[in-house]
Amino acid sequence: MGEEANCRDVDVLVIGAGPAGIAAACAAAEAGRCVAVIDDNPAAGGQIWRGGPAKAGPESTRWFERLAASGAIVHASASVIEVLHPDARPPRVRTRSPAGVVEWRSRGIVLATGGRERFLPFPGWTLPGVVGAGGLQALVKQGLDVRGRRVVVAGTGPLLLAVAELLVAKGATVAAVAEQAPLGRLVRFAASLVLHPGKLLQAASIRRTIGPVLRAGTFPVAVRAHDGGLAVTLASATRGRERHDDIACDLLACGFGLVPNVDVARACGCDVRRGAVAVDDVGGTTVPGVWAAGECTGIGGLDKSLAEGRVAGLAAAGRAAEAAGFVADLRRWRRFAAALDRTFVLDRRLARLAADDTVVCRCEDVTAGRLRCHRSWREAKLMTRIGMGPCQGRVCGPAAEVLLGWSPEDVRPPYAPTPLGDLA
Amino acid sequence: MPDQARDGLVRLTIDGAVVESAAGTSVAVAVLNRGGLAAWRLRTSVTGSSRGPLCGMGICFECRATVDGRPHERTCQLPVRSGMEVRTDG
Repeated sequence: MGEEANCRDVDVLVIGAGPAGIAAACAAAEAGRCVAVIDDNPAAGGQIWRGGPAKAGPESTRWFERLAASGAIVHASASVIEVLHPDARPPRVRTRSPAGVVEWRSRGIVLATGGRERFLPFPGWTLPGVVGAGGLQALVKQGLDVRGRRVVVAGTGPLLLAVAELLVAKGATVAAVAEQAPLGRLVRFAASLVLHPGKLLQAASIRRTIGPVLRAGTFPVAVRAHDGGLAVTLASATRGRERHDDIACDLLACGFGLVPNVDVARACGCDVRRGAVAVDDVGGTTVPGVWAAGECTGIGGLDKSLAEGRVAGLAAAGRAAEAAGFVADLRRWRRFAAALDRTFVLDRRLARLAADDTVVCRCEDVTAGRLRCHRSWREAKLMTRIGMGPCQGRVCGPAAEVLLGWSPEDVRPPYAPTPLGDLA
Repeated sequence: MPDQARDGLVRLTIDGAVVESAAGTSVAVAVLNRGGLAAWRLRTSVTGSSRGPLCGMGICFECRATVDGRPHERTCQLPVRSGMEVRTDG
């Protein structure tokens, strides 16, 4: 039983073909190494550069060209299913794609697994048409037609503004952008952007289009079906009194920040601290031969991803001294990541939005009321099946952490749905 | 059927009806672009609620559909192909 895995040998295996993975692959391949990049999407680009060079904009174009010229090979639609731990360091990684199962042996691994959205439950959040903010951005980039649609964007983080701007550019009307962080913190964050001129320009352009509909200190408390579309109830506090506003719309795009994807890192045995892969200055994890870069080491945006990717790629290619030379530049982006963290801290009221009958685990339809009587993720998982469905806790895990303070356990292999025949 | 129609549109079947979608779009989007909030009902949850795509990036599994006989395909990560047969459970 089990298909014989096709074994491939490379110098550097990069897991994830978003900006961090692309930067790492370029650095390692340009240093003369044999580099393979794997990604579960049909094309390289990750989330922010989804769609490849044709759609992702001019800044990405030179990176895609550089990647194409570097000699690194991208294996798209490939998911990590297992990490094997023979005595070899770094570990061997097994992937599956429509082309089959591959076992990758390498001299160095760079984890560039990115981040995903954090979804928090509130009454009505599972209705069709309630989608992530990054989720709607991804769908629009995949060709979703939003012309003439009325959208409410809600949640937290700079992503909301980027999504709103994209929606307007694609012909949608953004009825409101509800950012839960209070205005004071947003203003301080905007002021700090003077340290990053590129970001300041981006912020100015966003402010022109979105400024008029931005509501700070505001978050959704409920959504319901209404008149063929949706009606969202937004709560905001003015001078100590909470005010509720009902807004009719076609779609609600809602996401509460990003969380690092650390499953593959955990599978490799890397330490994870405060939800992110623990790394040293040059991106080295606690496992020899494994480096990490980008959102998976901490949410910090595009510049941090590119900078960390370059450093980790050089380190994985054996160019430690060269890697060390770029570390000072990296600190600037890590400071930006810390500022993001401080600015978009979640309002405590968000943890209480879920009613007892609000679904928390979407795969198994486990409601908040059924979870609240348990003392830990593990206990709740055994008693209610939370985390046992197809998403394996990737959606409900971060929600449970905010609602109940639980630390979800590791995802178990296979890390992506795998037919029996693909498992040795 | 040829891989791609000459006008850059791909023709596929969704729940028995022929749909046109631009080459390079995802199956999830081809389903949603049929129009209206009803098009967002892609699947039915274990207790019978309608669900639609959430994350757009292959982690939530709400966009699952049967494609060419293969169940549980994450349609947000699948580009449309000419002649594809998609069955949703919404």
